[in-house]
This record gives sequence, structure tokens and C-alpha cells, in this order.
Amino acid sequence: MQWHSISEFLAMGGYAFYVWGSFGVTFGCMAVELLSLKSRNKRIAQAIKQEAI
Amino acid sequence: MKNIEPKTDIDRLKFNWLQYASPKTFYPLAGKIIPWCAAGAAILIAYGLYLGVFVAPTDFQQGEGYRIIFVHVPAAWFSMFLYLLMALYAGLGLVLNARLSYMMATAIAPTGAMFTLVALVTGSLWGKPMWGAWWVWDARLTSELILLFLYIGYFSLQAAIDDKNRADKASAVLALVGAINVPIIYFSVKWWNTLHQGASVSLTQAPAMAAVMLKGMLVMAIGFWLYSIAVVLIRVRAEILERDSKAAMFRQDLGLGKS
Repeated sequence: MQWHSISEFLAMGGYAFYVWGSFGVTFGCMAVELLSLKSRNKRIAQAIKQEAI
Repeated sequence: MKNIEPKTDIDRLKFNWLQYASPKTFYPLAGKIIPWCAAGAAILIAYGLYLGVFVAPTDFQQGEGYRIIFVHVPAAWFSMFLYLLMALYAGLGLVLNARLSYMMATAIAPTGAMFTLVALVTGSLWGKPMWGAWWVWDARLTSELILLFLYIGYFSLQAAIDDKNRADKASAVLALVGAINVPIIYFSVKWWNTLHQGASVSLTQAPAMAAVMLKGMLVMAIGFWLYSIAVVLIRVRAEILERDSKAAMFRQDLGLGKS
């Protein structure tokens, strides 16, 4: 473990914005991709159900 | 999909992998693979993140700022690797005239573009504190930006042509021609004098980094790989459903029975 306190961990040696920003962008983009796929699947399911009726 | 299971011993001997080239048989197979890849991706990305922010030591030159490497490098690898895979499927589609190959290429493109954007933005967030600039027009950054434009060109071209078959063929040609950019990105740091640093990991030399840093990066990369497989398979299934107007074979999945 590299850290002595939570505030030290969060500060990332003064690079907090860049380091946490990078992780945020990466996992944020993945989350957006997953959510857009989920809504696409929902649309398809609705369309198929409609077709069945 | 019960009819695809081998029934007798002779059928089992004749079991043919090529049957999975058909969207109809590939659809349930992909459905079985997705949860395993998704679970593996979640575990490995969490472990890679743990190694990256808790276990890996501070860098003697860049302090804590270097930790961006744990997302930046794997994202950059997959921005290039997924492009090559997309071009390969597009090429297979052209050669074999196989619908599923085109659908795979189409399904890979958004994820490749996403990783390209991530590599560019995290690179920018790394460049600002280390170089003093969000962006420089050096060979590595410029060729990676071109990669993003190639991805965008690929799906804009597909969206622009109404006839699916023609759209697949035209965009496949674009994907194949654009593949020349990938080795240019990869070797740009060798061929030109770039501000961007050289490769930290290469196949021929010992890695220029501490073992635990390398481990964190590789774990994250395998996590991104599994994530890519899961997301691409989810998307190719959506693609199969959307392209098959009748969709009769999937009604059972939705509990609607056969009609």
C-alpha cells in the first residue's frame, strides 16, 4: 500500500485532476457504451413484440 | 436452436464449426459467451485498478501522475487492435460475402472508436502536466487522431448508404485501406522524433518499468479485451435482430411463441 491517509490518496501527489479525470473518462465512456446498448436492445425488443401482435 | 446439437456419434464426428458462420446459429452461442466475458472483465478491471492505484509504487520522474498509464496504454492498444480486427472481418466479408463477418465489423467499430477517444483524452490529461500542453501535433498523436476519423468515417459511410449490402462493401473497403494507419501509429515513435515517449513494453526487449506496474497494465489490458468481446457480442446480437426483419426465431426468447 502506497498511501498513509485518504486525503493523500485523493490528492495523487498534486495530479488529482489528471489521474482521477483519466479514470473517470475511461470508465465513464464504458458506462455510456453499455447504457446505449441497453436502450438499443430495449427498442428492438419493443419492435419485435409489436410485430408479433 | 435444438436442431444444431449433434445427435448421434456420426453427427458428432461431422460436427462442423462453420455452422457458426450463420447468424442464426451464432446468436445463441454469442449469448452464452457474453456473461463469462462480462464477469471476467469486471474482475480483471477491478483488480487492475487496485494494482494501479494502491500497489504500484510512485514513479521517480513523474510522481503519481504516471498512474494514467494504467488506462491510457491499454485503451491505446485496443484502439489499434480493434481496428485491425474490424478490418479483418470487413475483408473476410468481402472475400466470403458472409453477412456475419460484416455484422462483426460493424459491431466492433463503436468500441474501437470509444477506446480511441479514451486514449486521446487520457493522453491529453497526461500531456498537460508533463509536457505543459493538452495537445501537440506530433506523429503519434496525429496518427491516433486520424484513427478516430477513420472509425467515424467507417460508420458515417455505413449510415449514408441505404442498401445494407452496398453499405457493408463500401465501408469494408474504407476499413481495409485505413488499416495502413495502424502500423504508422505503432511505429511513429520510432520513425519520427516525437514528444510522445517510446514503447514501454515491446516483444523484443525487457519492459522499461517495474514488474508490478507492468502487471497492473497487463491485467487491465486483458480486462479491456474481455470487455470488448462482451460488448461486441452484445452489439452483434442487436445487429442480427435489427437486420432480420422477420425475427421469428427470437420470438420464443421473448416468450411470445411461434407465429
